[in-house]
Amino acid sequence: MTEMLSGGEMLIRALHEEGVEYIFGYPGGAALHIYDAIFKQQAIEHILVRHEQAATHMADGYARSTGRPGIVLVTSGPGATNAITGIATAYMDSIPMVVISGQVPHDVIGTDAFQETDMIGVSRPVVKHSYLVEEAARIPHIVKEAIYIATSGRPGPVVIDIPKDTTDPNELFEYDLPDSIELRSYKPAIKGHVGQIRKAVRALLESKRPVIYVGGGVVQGNASSELCSLAHKLNYPVTNTLMGLGTFPGTDSQFLGMLGMHGTYEANNAMHHADLILAVGARFDDRVTNNPSKFCPDATIVHIDVDPASISKVIAADIPIVGQCKAVLAQMLKNLDEELNGREIDSEPIDAWWEQIDSWRESFGLDHGLHKAESGSGKLLPQQVIQVIYRATEGKAYVTSDVGQHQMFAAQYYRFDQPRQWINSGGLGTMGFGLPSAMGVQFAHPHSTVVCITGEGSFMMNMQELSTCSQYSLPIKIVNLNNQALGMVKQWQDMQYGGRHSHSTYADSLPDFVDLINSFGHVGFRAETLPELEEAVELAFSDKHRSDLVFIDALIDPDEHIYPMFVRGGAVNEMVLNKYD
Amino acid sequence: MRHLLSVLLENEAGALSRVIGLFAQRDFNIETLTAAPTEDETLSRLTLVTTGDDRTIEQITKHLNRLIEVVKVIDLTDNEHIERELMLVKVRAEADARTEIKRTCDIFRGQIVDVTVNTYTVQLIGPTDKLLAFIEAIGTSRILEVVRSGVSGISRGTKVLSV
Repeated sequence: MTEMLSGGEMLIRALHEEGVEYIFGYPGGAALHIYDAIFKQQAIEHILVRHEQAATHMADGYARSTGRPGIVLVTSGPGATNAITGIATAYMDSIPMVVISGQVPHDVIGTDAFQETDMIGVSRPVVKHSYLVEEAARIPHIVKEAIYIATSGRPGPVVIDIPKDTTDPNELFEYDLPDSIELRSYKPAIKGHVGQIRKAVRALLESKRPVIYVGGGVVQGNASSELCSLAHKLNYPVTNTLMGLGTFPGTDSQFLGMLGMHGTYEANNAMHHADLILAVGARFDDRVTNNPSKFCPDATIVHIDVDPASISKVIAADIPIVGQCKAVLAQMLKNLDEELNGREIDSEPIDAWWEQIDSWRESFGLDHGLHKAESGSGKLLPQQVIQVIYRATEGKAYVTSDVGQHQMFAAQYYRFDQPRQWINSGGLGTMGFGLPSAMGVQFAHPHSTVVCITGEGSFMMNMQELSTCSQYSLPIKIVNLNNQALGMVKQWQDMQYGGRHSHSTYADSLPDFVDLINSFGHVGFRAETLPELEEAVELAFSDKHRSDLVFIDALIDPDEHIYPMFVRGGAVNEMVLNKYD
Repeated sequence: MRHLLSVLLENEAGALSRVIGLFAQRDFNIETLTAAPTEDETLSRLTLVTTGDDRTIEQITKHLNRLIEVVKVIDLTDNEHIERELMLVKVRAEADARTEIKRTCDIFRGQIVDVTVNTYTVQLIGPTDKLLAFIEAIGTSRILEVVRSGVSGISRGTKVLSV
């Protein structure tokens, strides 16, 4: 016999049957029937946040660290609009997420009713797809379809807008969750074109100066092991985008570091001088290409992506391959074996290329700017803070960040060896992402060490969630790179606006962060010198504070800049390397 | 370059707004857009006239395909095709001008579909350049109102756009 359930009950039941563990949300009028359905069950845990934006970032952190979709529930109007920034963040980084928003009842839609917003319209440019529920009986089907769309192909956020009348507890329907979803208009690519794969493998083997350029698509597509096999087999250099960090081990000698605006000297130079670039799950973002007309002038571009629209969008691909990174790389590995047919790869050209890369690495590698700074200020440096955290966590923590200088320092100095270990807002660059996303990661991995590397500017954008951390006893470790300014803005103003710090400083009005943290029942330390920092970090990660949220307010040199940095409008190898020369 | 794109779209609420939103969001150009259900009422057929270089048109096609409700997209201008647009024109037609307007209508194979003491309403069907030529021939000073449907297109021969 089929069960009779209300729309609200069907929603929760369907989510549970789709494997959902957590809903991150905030109640309100239009969502109250749904909240009542949540109250009456135990299968799914609802996490009460303090602001809807934070709910979306938590779901996002959950999704990025697990690969499973993050689920958000908000009410209509302001609840829905507050979620938009988090939805856009997930959209830009292709993160699977389903956002359920309450809506005013059908009979008042369009009348400017209390807390009414056209959520479908407002969210349209930043979702992969969206649904306005017309019939309650369709809710299970819509949930299944929404999760399928959010997680397949190029993943992304999906919105389900649910008018309150369709969740009425007094109206019951036959609950029917379909076994599978088949859409005639949506068939994501899986395998790559065989002829293209053959062409790509031949180009790889003929190349004398290759670079494998890897982005977030390899994280989302769980293709890290295939990537590593291919790179190791060929002994070719690998560089990661900000979003791709961890897909190739940060400690591997074949790793050139991150490329792009704040990428390493060796990665950016290798890109510029390459004769072949194998782009895997990367989208030639403007923070990677600098001036597209000067981008990698001698390179044949092989581009693998699950989304055909990413291929030849910014940089024309010579050998485009549409397909899932995992499937295509597996095809390439197989084809490589066939192509070689037992013969060894000629290592001579690659040895010469490595010699060149090593000389770049030795001359102006990552620590070049740091060494200059160390001999300069005598103050605590952001790079040192990241190094201390890296050592204390043995490189094994989940690390989330906010947006700005601290994000780039973390990306440069924490060597991520695993995919899904590094979690940050790359595409949209959302300040306020760090703390809530760390919370989502901690919910997904309750026994793992989760570190949020933030700056005081970003942190203050969502610090209300310290209260949520108290409620759910989340033992996140927060490291605040406090330079008493909007550091990245200030750096640009130093470099491009004659040092005029227009609205980027607020030193006199900052809170006492340790007192602030204590007021939420958490533990706070302050560090102004390297020894103080080392002591605080040791304590923070000790057994004594295993179950505490610990916040370290690291007062760093306020004048330190992040380098290397692209020269605006230049080629990728045109960089400023430090502020002293 | 001018291109004529034909799109099969799920005939669902909100689907058309996604297509239009995409053009605005990515700064693609739409000259005309027509949309109506097909013989299969679950599908709408759109004809879009847009302009852009090959790279832009490729991006437009790819982004249209990326929309969940878009079933198929073809560029009609890649092959032989037929395009037609319907125009209704209300013109001032006083006694002494009526014969001349009627003659111009006949030359363009237009039909006068409504008549008053001092106006004619002319219906004209054809490719866009023919409609524009008619406006020029009649003279803008005489025209009171122009309504154009936008272009509809279909491939020549046995080639079909279907599910």
